[in-house]
Amino acid sequence: MTSHVIAVARQEFRIAARNRWVLLAVLILLVFALVLGLLGSAPSGSLGVGRLAITVASLATLSVYLVPLLALLLGFDAIAGEFERGTLPLVLATPIARGSVLLGKFLGHLTIIALAIVIGFGIAGAAVMVLSGEGASGLIPLARLIASSVALGAVFLAVSYVVSAGTTQVGTSAAVAVAVWLAAVVLYDLGLLGALVLDTGGGFAQGAFPWMLLASPADAFRLFNLAALDVGNTATGLAGAAEGLPFPPALCVASLALWLVLAFLAALRALYRLEP
Amino acid sequence: MTALLTVADVSKRFGRVEALTGLTLSVAPGERVALLGHNGAGKTTLLRLILGFLRPDAGSILVGDHAPDSTAARRIVAYLPENVAFPKALTGRELIGFYARLRNVGIDDAMAALERVGLGHAADRASGNYSKGMRQRLGLAQALLGAPRLMLLDEPTSGLDPLSRRDFYALVDKVAAAGTAVLLSSHSLSEIEARTDRVAILREGRLVADAPLSRLQAEAALPVRIRVRAQPDTIDEVSDRLGGTRVNGQTVELVFSQTEKMRRLAAISALGSLVTDFDLTQPSLDDIYVHFSRPAGEGNAS
Repeated sequence: MTSHVIAVARQEFRIAARNRWVLLAVLILLVFALVLGLLGSAPSGSLGVGRLAITVASLATLSVYLVPLLALLLGFDAIAGEFERGTLPLVLATPIARGSVLLGKFLGHLTIIALAIVIGFGIAGAAVMVLSGEGASGLIPLARLIASSVALGAVFLAVSYVVSAGTTQVGTSAAVAVAVWLAAVVLYDLGLLGALVLDTGGGFAQGAFPWMLLASPADAFRLFNLAALDVGNTATGLAGAAEGLPFPPALCVASLALWLVLAFLAALRALYRLEP
Repeated sequence: MTALLTVADVSKRFGRVEALTGLTLSVAPGERVALLGHNGAGKTTLLRLILGFLRPDAGSILVGDHAPDSTAARRIVAYLPENVAFPKALTGRELIGFYARLRNVGIDDAMAALERVGLGHAADRASGNYSKGMRQRLGLAQALLGAPRLMLLDEPTSGLDPLSRRDFYALVDKVAAAGTAVLLSSHSLSEIEARTDRVAILREGRLVADAPLSRLQAEAALPVRIRVRAQPDTIDEVSDRLGGTRVNGQTVELVFSQTEKMRRLAAISALGSLVTDFDLTQPSLDDIYVHFSRPAGEGNAS
């Protein structure tokens, strides 16, 4: 079974590498991270916080938008594409279990995302470290950012498989994936913002708001990274909430883990229902 | 020998469409069975049921002694779908290696399968650049991996040129001779070139024939057709003495049963020089197929 998973993972990675997907993913993250790292942290001297810490904070905001998008783009075709192009029956007629197919695709795609994040954020972080002469003090937040970004990518990969196996049509799957990205990354936050504005008594901000942040994988990711940084108040408006959190920031990791497991199980269920 | 594939009284419907009705069929080791039918007759549905992709509404299917969707069954089965497709970016070598790993077959055996279908020279080319025939052969190579005991081939030779088709059947013969049960579908009897031990014909989801070709030929009892040619001035006399219908100014057509053949030939040769030429047409494989696959009540005056 393990060898089946590895075979599928290698195949997925190979296809993505051949189609220049791997290169593209790495380049996109690298360019954005370098721009943010080199330009975005320039004025930090007057704020009295480390440049690398500022960079990690802005990279976290970048991650929230870019990593889910990357994951959805990699994953929306995973099942629907094979279903539509007719390559799926050939695979499913072999002794491989459907769960191994899904896990293999997941590991293959996650390797690409992890590669892009490690290279992109790693190089940007190293550049800032060298330029600012701060030394290795900012390494831990950077490592935390990289690890949690990979976790965020894993969640949205699993979500993209739910979409892909649930729609079984590439066109529909792509449209739904874009909608999921908009809803999970943009609209959800806008909704929360609107609720905060309307919330005159402050009951929402104190009560449901932090939990609603926790419930969204994108916001949980952001909270986790910003709560650990001291720059929260200066770098972003959001982290004001992070200070008065009614739960430990580690719970954000649990939120991501829960999303991952639930989405993966839902994708598995959709794949088992498929009649190739 | 016990059957390797047993389909017993299987029915399957999609919504209001009855795809298969009470179908019973078995294939023994080493046996080559052709599954014939029009598009939509239920051939692919049956293959998908055997593969465990679909579940029957009624009846049962056994592959070896296993349920179709079990891992044990899929170790026995190899499948070549109609319009086989592969990830275009990968080479033949990478693809055959992938399917070999899924079937727990070594890479040497995988390359041997590629050589066996004549794709060794194209092993390092991307499959997206393969012709239809080469893709089909790559599909066959992956179906050969791990010496499967039951091969399911869905319209394997549609779109192949006559030469590759012949090569294809030669390979199937070898596989069957080694003891593999082969079930292949096709939409015409002439396409399979009578290269199977048994022919099963599906019509609207029902099995309407299941017998060796020779028996189907006898059962159909299709007529022989003779066209006799004469000079324009003698055609009336020929027509009067032989019966039959005038086709044009110098040809008469006679249609009669197989048993009458010799008597009719004697009558024609008795006309001597009145006849300038004649053609005899035996019922073709396609005529036999049409005879069985036509809905009952439409008659068979062909």
